[in-house]
Amino acid sequence: MAEAFHRRIAADGMAVRALLAEIRGWLCLQGLDDAACGKIEIALAEALNNVVEHASLDSKDEIALDMTLAPDGIGVELRDRGAPLPGLTPPRGDPPTLTGDRDNLPEGGFGWFLIRTLTTDLHYARTDGKNHLSLRFAPESKA
Amino acid sequence: MKLEVTSHEMVRIIAVPEARIDAAGALRFKEAMRAATTDGPDHVVLDLGQVRFVDSSGLGAIVAAMKQMGAGRRLDLAGLTPDVAKVFRLTRMDTVFVIHEDAEAPLRHATG
Repeated sequence: MAEAFHRRIAADGMAVRALLAEIRGWLCLQGLDDAACGKIEIALAEALNNVVEHASLDSKDEIALDMTLAPDGIGVELRDRGAPLPGLTPPRGDPPTLTGDRDNLPEGGFGWFLIRTLTTDLHYARTDGKNHLSLRFAPESKA
Repeated sequence: MKLEVTSHEMVRIIAVPEARIDAAGALRFKEAMRAATTDGPDHVVLDLGQVRFVDSSGLGAIVAAMKQMGAGRRLDLAGLTPDVAKVFRLTRMDTVFVIHEDAEAPLRHATG
């Protein structure tokens, strides 16, 4: 049987922070272990921060999140009315380059790499002026 | 963001008394680190023992904090909790920093 979680939040960093805390609590309540909760929280933090930082939304705009926990895995749907992803494609998310001297170390560009690494499947669509990002996580052994 | 600074002869330990270094707080963290590292020993240890979560913005701010200390100075990390360690490991940033089990470890090393 599937459990579901739905929220709409303002597109700002503090609302994202509060939502992530709430999701963590919900996942814990569903019996997921800390490692699985951490994996999902990291990936969702990156996906939600991307919307807040790059979709050119006002703080009165909303981000909708639907999460479903089923025996075959965890699915998360994110929707917003912000700017589309460039090229209508999620970035490849190459791993950051750490060679060279200290001054050249990257201070960003880890977001999509983390999302792609932590999910088993990722799908993006732009329909009716909305971004729709679907993320899937493998089923986890419960704590 | 208020940081807890403890200076020893050779090492300055800076503890982050917050649960998160995330996109909403990354800039304040970087500025607080700048203020906490303008003077003092060349060797600084950032104690992340109370930090439960770091996102990519927080990770970037920690890298920026190291870079802004300038050449010849060193920023180590200590006390990584599981989710924080995971972000460092996945991005391979764990190969860039010296990571101590806890903030006391570099002191034991320095005096031992």
